[in-house]
Amino acid sequence: MKLEKVTSPHLHGRSDTGHVMRLVILATLPGLVALTWFFGWGVFINLLWAWIVALGFETLVVKIRKRPLGYYINDYSALVTATLLGLALPPLAPWWLTVVGVGFAIVIAKHLYGGLGSNPFNPAAVGYVVLLISFPAEMSSWVPARGIEAAVTPGFIDSLSSIFPVFGNLLGQPNVDIITQATPLDLFKQKQGLTTAEIWQPGSAFGHFAGVGWEWVNLGFLVGGIFLLQRRIIYWHIPVSMLGTLLLMSLIFWGGSGSESNGSPMFHLFSGATMLCAFFIATDPVTAATSTRGRLMYGAGIGLIIYVIRVWGNYPDAVAFAVLLMNFCAPLIDQYVQPRTYGHSQGQNKGHKQNKSKNSTSDQSDDS
Amino acid sequence: MATSADNNELEELDSTADAEQTAEQESLNYKQITSDGLWKKNAALAQLLGLCPLLAVSGSVVNALGLGLATMLVLTSSNLVVSLIRHQANETIRLPVFVMIIAALTTCVELLMQAFAYELYQILGIFIPLIVTNCIILGRADAFASKNPPLVAALDGFMMGAGFALVLVALGVIREILGLGTLFANMELLLPFASNWEIVIISNYSGFLLAILPPGAFIGLGLLIALKNNIDDNQAKRKAAKDGAPVAGSKRVRVTGNIS
Repeated sequence: MKLEKVTSPHLHGRSDTGHVMRLVILATLPGLVALTWFFGWGVFINLLWAWIVALGFETLVVKIRKRPLGYYINDYSALVTATLLGLALPPLAPWWLTVVGVGFAIVIAKHLYGGLGSNPFNPAAVGYVVLLISFPAEMSSWVPARGIEAAVTPGFIDSLSSIFPVFGNLLGQPNVDIITQATPLDLFKQKQGLTTAEIWQPGSAFGHFAGVGWEWVNLGFLVGGIFLLQRRIIYWHIPVSMLGTLLLMSLIFWGGSGSESNGSPMFHLFSGATMLCAFFIATDPVTAATSTRGRLMYGAGIGLIIYVIRVWGNYPDAVAFAVLLMNFCAPLIDQYVQPRTYGHSQGQNKGHKQNKSKNSTSDQSDDS
Repeated sequence: MATSADNNELEELDSTADAEQTAEQESLNYKQITSDGLWKKNAALAQLLGLCPLLAVSGSVVNALGLGLATMLVLTSSNLVVSLIRHQANETIRLPVFVMIIAALTTCVELLMQAFAYELYQILGIFIPLIVTNCIILGRADAFASKNPPLVAALDGFMMGAGFALVLVALGVIREILGLGTLFANMELLLPFASNWEIVIISNYSGFLLAILPPGAFIGLGLLIALKNNIDDNQAKRKAAKDGAPVAGSKRVRVTGNIS
């Protein structure tokens, strides 16, 4: 009988990168369905297009880098990036917007830094920020959600021909009229002294407790996130501390329902990309902090920055900015909250500082 | 221990100064000065000096060329003047003297631009007076011009300035094409005869703001540096392959059979 010697980790079950990434994509399904229902087929078309573009760029860069193509494509990380970016784009974003965003995410944010595992910044967030600061008009034209009075949810053909004007020309529909409207977060920000009750009219963009459609989208991503937690793909620390901090901030600075209101906690938790960020973007294992306490601090930082920019900043939502800013801080956080090493007392393993001074003193004594 | 470390440091400094001096003597040949300034020790791509103006005004070709020429002019003339007075300015007062010379020359350039390219002067704004603080200029004055004869020093200044200006213009070309879809727009601000130089590369271009904003400058410069390193690497590899080419014929030592 042959006894195989296997080194640690002695894991059972599949845990390769591709498997994890496929589950992450699967978990976005409830949110994707909600987005497609409320904003039309454009969301779905965008997502498919983003996948194609991502695979194209990944193939191209891997070929240029002379690496094995199958290994890189099979980790599904490019598709996860494309999924997250595709879900965040406005439903009728023109095709080149997706190409620029996904291209930037895959080529510059991921592969120029050395590929998956070496990228300091979340590729999807980088792609989104590039698009947001470069093409503010295209990035803020959302169609109103189904259920709003003025809403005309574009059908499949309309969506397709406004994303790809080529198809519109082929089908004899060169110009598609699309109504766009600001998102609830934007409307709330621009309410110009109205009270919450005054803008929360029936038929407006505001629904039961957040925006029409958006509350369902966020619930969808929440369900997907709980699925990921249950499958132990992500840890609870980042989502809980992020949502907790956002809840705390929106409680402290709520301001009631008057004209000075900054929005209720429910409004902030279920608007914009809050849930997508909490469970899918912030939990990226490569760019987030890695220790338990580090994860708590990292999530709290994201929640704090999101609230600060939403309420006092210039942008209606701030998920990508918050994630990128905390990506900057993740190595620093990890440096200062290193967990206790087994067999050492607390505080004995506090990073480079002590080691370095020890080394340098020994060097000096060697010299003399 | 501390004193020994200090001594080591001093010795290191001395040795580097010696090395510099010998290098300086060797670099008297013009070809090497040219290749150093334009490529090998390029101020922007190899030494990474003067990044503030480089990143701030390279949004379009006309801005880049304007500042590049101004820097070149100041660098060439400051190297020349510093070299002329190198025996009079002693160690203790040389830095203030150099700074005064550079400031005077920068003021001259500023007044010239005000007179002949007023709109460009207004666009470049604070970055014209800031040429004084450009590390390249003081660096070359102290490291090269104060130890070399005037003609050599002036050539070094010219080539260093040209290398810097070329990188500025290259970055300007990249950022203008990507950001605005045009090339050589508004060139008449600098060259009065160039009013119809504008080339529209992409018509109906909606603009790519990132390339115009500061991140575009950082990304563009990073890619340019990567390109330079890549070219240098390839060259070194080719040279190594050439030098290490095997000599034809057998190099085996014959140990069997009849050795006649």
